[in-house]
Amino acid sequence: MVLSAPPRSTPAPQRPQSTKSAKSTGLKPRRRIKSASRVDAFAPYMYIAPFFALFAVFGLFPTVFTFYVALFDWNPIGGQTFIGLDNFVTLYGDERFWNAMRNTFSIWILSTVPQLLLALFLAQLLNNARLKFANLFRMTMLVPYITSVVATTIVFASLFGRDYGLINSFLNFFGVESIDFAANTFASHIMVSTMVLWRWFGYNTLIYLAALQAIPKDIYEAAAIDGAGGFKQFFYVTIPSLRPVIIFTIIVSTIGGLQVFTEPLLLSAPGLTGGSGRQFQTLSLFMYEQGFGNFQFGYGSAIGVTLFALIVVFSVINYLLSRRITSDD
Amino acid sequence: MTTSTPDAVVTTAPRLRKRAFAGRVRWWTYAFLFASVAVSAFPLYWMFVVSTNDSAAVSQTPPTVVPGGNFFVLAEQVFTTVPFVQSLANSFVVAGSIAISQMILCTLAGFAFAKLEFRGRDPLFIIVLITMMVPTQLAVIPLYMIMSNLEWIDTLQALIVPGMASAFGIFWMRQHLSTVLNNELMQAARIDGCSTWQIYWRIAFPLVRSAGFVLGLLAFVTAWNDFLWPLIVIQSPENYTVQLAIKALQRQYFVDYGLAMSGSFLATIPLLILFIFVGRKMVAGVMDGAFKG
Repeated sequence: MVLSAPPRSTPAPQRPQSTKSAKSTGLKPRRRIKSASRVDAFAPYMYIAPFFALFAVFGLFPTVFTFYVALFDWNPIGGQTFIGLDNFVTLYGDERFWNAMRNTFSIWILSTVPQLLLALFLAQLLNNARLKFANLFRMTMLVPYITSVVATTIVFASLFGRDYGLINSFLNFFGVESIDFAANTFASHIMVSTMVLWRWFGYNTLIYLAALQAIPKDIYEAAAIDGAGGFKQFFYVTIPSLRPVIIFTIIVSTIGGLQVFTEPLLLSAPGLTGGSGRQFQTLSLFMYEQGFGNFQFGYGSAIGVTLFALIVVFSVINYLLSRRITSDD
Repeated sequence: MTTSTPDAVVTTAPRLRKRAFAGRVRWWTYAFLFASVAVSAFPLYWMFVVSTNDSAAVSQTPPTVVPGGNFFVLAEQVFTTVPFVQSLANSFVVAGSIAISQMILCTLAGFAFAKLEFRGRDPLFIIVLITMMVPTQLAVIPLYMIMSNLEWIDTLQALIVPGMASAFGIFWMRQHLSTVLNNELMQAARIDGCSTWQIYWRIAFPLVRSAGFVLGLLAFVTAWNDFLWPLIVIQSPENYTVQLAIKALQRQYFVDYGLAMSGSFLATIPLLILFIFVGRKMVAGVMDGAFKG
């Protein structure tokens, strides 16, 4: 609205060097030329202003404010008392926090590692110009991505169900006893990880596929002439060429993996504890439980700050690692 | 509609085709790929099976794996238990507004960063890139306080406004604009007396409409599926998004999955229909680097 107003009010501004238009309109528009160019000089800032304004209010300010709130005993109804770093001291002595930390990392590893390996494998299979049904394969792999996490969780909760779940029926058919996935710590992590994996493997496959297609064919031909077979080509040509993309996907999966929330929340409904023994409560869910279940805004913010720091640390490690790897070549 | 490729793909496709790997395709390649298709599609199929059968059929041993005739019974329950129509409408309003706004605002800022010269351009663009890395999801508690001060709690604008522009969208549109819009064309437009706004609106925007469309699609899907923020900020059922509506169904009938599954299926249908028409564009967008923002 603000953006479109000034340019519209200046009809066809002219530049001084444009002799043709100056001739046709005479000398009169000279004055307008000035105002138009002043608007033009200001225009770029107006074009980028909406983003910066929105980010300042709804991104930057809340992020900085989290650090501030974390220093208070902050209750939305009760009031605020400054308590310094007490929230952090309490948090790092809180067994529930370390439990959530362990669960988060366990779920992250169980979902990311198989996911990226599977994606790499499938991308390799898809990377062939003679493959039939290529569009069918690519499109169906993206279906999980458009399915909401809520729907995904509900359908997988049913598949993993203790009594009538399809997976347990399948296990029973082979003489294996039913597993109570939600009750067991490790089994519940597998259940949550499966949901994350299902949602993202196709997406990562397509990203790897795009990277594979960008590898020049001559490198493979040269490798083949040098006597490298399929596996050697994969390890000595494909993997090194994909390094930047692999590192990118690892960073993105890390940021996503540390914020897993919806799956454990819905699985622990109506509670917020991630199972009766907190066996699958993640850090994000723990933050939500403290912030919006117990209305401990200060304590919840301390968890948010900790998560934030973890993500920054992991991103920096990944970045340094990627720089070292790329400079090795 | 589905056959037109985004302009970004047009710019890279000829090069890729020449390089494409074209060995013999073995039978097990198809076996693995069809297995992955089955894995991708089965949960949705299962959602449909459960939402068309009564609970007895699904909980027998072995459970039925074919659709039944119970679809409308459960669907009707979904619509009467929660304000499902209203929640669908809310989700359309929220996701649609975010998609349109991102298309416009991100193209505009991307145009400025790609093609205009102004003081502080490069530092500002680096700031945009850095903001992409900030996990703002973790600042939900202060964000809730802001909304509370604005008196936006339990309103749809609390869901729309924070998502109206994204750093990723700016980055994405800038990439496209810097490759598609050449400087000679801009120079010519300037000489012909176009203002910056006219160059944007008449030349730049039409050139990257396709990339902007992909951005809008991804923004729509993300907003449609968003859960944590609506869960925090929305309270009354008449303001539910579909995701909250499904959660409300699940809370009441946790043991009987039928109703929640039926709701999930009904909430996924709009996106599936959309996907049938624009799926190829989305695949091309993802492969072209439309990483999640």
